[in-house]
Amino acid sequence: MAELKDAILDYVKKEYLEEDDDREISYDTPLISGGIVDSFSMVSLKRFLETKYAIQIPDAKATPEAFDSVNNILKMLEEFNVR
Amino acid sequence: MAFNDSIRGIYQKELGDIRSAGIFKEERIICSPQDSEIEVQFPAGADEKRVINMCANNYLGLSSHPDVVEAARRGLDHRGYGMSSVRFICGTQDIHKELESKLTKFLGTEDTILFPSCMDANAGVFEAVLNDQDVMISDRLVHASIVDGMRLCKAQQDTFKHSDMGHLEEKLQLHAAARVKLIITDGSFSMDGDLAKLDQIVGLAEKYNALVFVDDSHASGFIGRTGRGTHEHCGVLGKIDIITTTLGKALGGASGGCVSGRRELVEMCRQKARPYLFSNTIPPVVVSGANAVLDIISRTTERRDKLERNTAFWRKGLTEAGLIIKEGETPIVPVMLFNAKLSQDFAKDLYQEGIYAVGFFFPVVAKGQARIRTQLSAAHEQHHLDKALAAFTKVGRKFEILHKSKQEIIERYGM
Repeated sequence: MAELKDAILDYVKKEYLEEDDDREISYDTPLISGGIVDSFSMVSLKRFLETKYAIQIPDAKATPEAFDSVNNILKMLEEFNVR
Repeated sequence: MAFNDSIRGIYQKELGDIRSAGIFKEERIICSPQDSEIEVQFPAGADEKRVINMCANNYLGLSSHPDVVEAARRGLDHRGYGMSSVRFICGTQDIHKELESKLTKFLGTEDTILFPSCMDANAGVFEAVLNDQDVMISDRLVHASIVDGMRLCKAQQDTFKHSDMGHLEEKLQLHAAARVKLIITDGSFSMDGDLAKLDQIVGLAEKYNALVFVDDSHASGFIGRTGRGTHEHCGVLGKIDIITTTLGKALGGASGGCVSGRRELVEMCRQKARPYLFSNTIPPVVVSGANAVLDIISRTTERRDKLERNTAFWRKGLTEAGLIIKEGETPIVPVMLFNAKLSQDFAKDLYQEGIYAVGFFFPVVAKGQARIRTQLSAAHEQHHLDKALAAFTKVGRKFEILHKSKQEIIERYGM
């Protein structure tokens, strides 16, 4: 679980933070409502999860709320038996 | 009556939420033609006030230029007011073809198709040229109209960090298998005023066999030595596969836009782009005015040269006064204030000083990046810029932000 959490957190930092961006991101940091990931760029996060865990996340489940923090993402992934 | 009190209440609540979030937009009423000086009623109903306009997209000062107005009037006399048709039924006049041909020549492309606006061009172009075997890879700071257009298209979507060529290259490698890979960027980014690294983007496109799309709305007419746009500035004329741009900014400022680029891609838009197929043709009066604009800027670089001088003066003046601006070379010059409320208060005080400029904050720009975006025009004379500079300095002194660092401003006013 901890490994999964960190893999997602690492991806978010690498994919969305600019080099000079010194914002701290934790498991609960609001990503979309906090302006770190815009809903448009969320697509690459969805693709990362689908590829890494060999799942298909239907659009209806890929909501801004479901992707709004690392913890929310983990909760969503549980539905796909990714733990 | 379906629109009963309960339904009305839903919308009243939503509007109330927008107001309390402090992002309710209000129109300022202008009671004069667009120019470097305008008569403004703000708030609506207040006495008219003559102010210097520092926030129009009227980069070349052609919005109310007598030659353009006269050409528009001639168009009205000779080709009428409206066409009551889309382009392909009975909405294409000789002057529409003339304008498409002039734009092709000016932009250095193979062909051009007009749209009612650049918003429409961006809404229609991706769906017309790409399908689900393709991928669109866009810069994260592209204009909202591009985001909307990408959403309407079935191709895969991906994004790269703003102007980050390493990240773009990773994405091109990730999507190597796609039939068509389209790199999507603004030429000049409207909020920061920086330019896309089109030379490097074209280099990557050639390396990975991708196409390049550029929205040059904030560049056409004045960026580059002869004003062709960002592709001229970056030395890649003729290498951009799709350029979209607007007639609603430097090129006369009325309305209309276009897709210009590879012949086959433009033809695909004529066959399939929905805003072209299902929306009215641009009215003759606007087309005639735009034809005159293209004649003016093809004949002389005088206006873009003056804009360049104005921009250099303004950037230097603000910096020497001790304000923080976004570095760059375009006539979009953001004065950074970081705090949302400060940007609004600053703009209000400027208005009192006779300077019209608008503060932008989240969600229009990122949190903690609030600013006043100033835009230069060839219509500005030296006395306009002197007065505007004095006003920015006076208001900056009042808020005690002159010669202060970003950190100091944030410590005092917050993010």
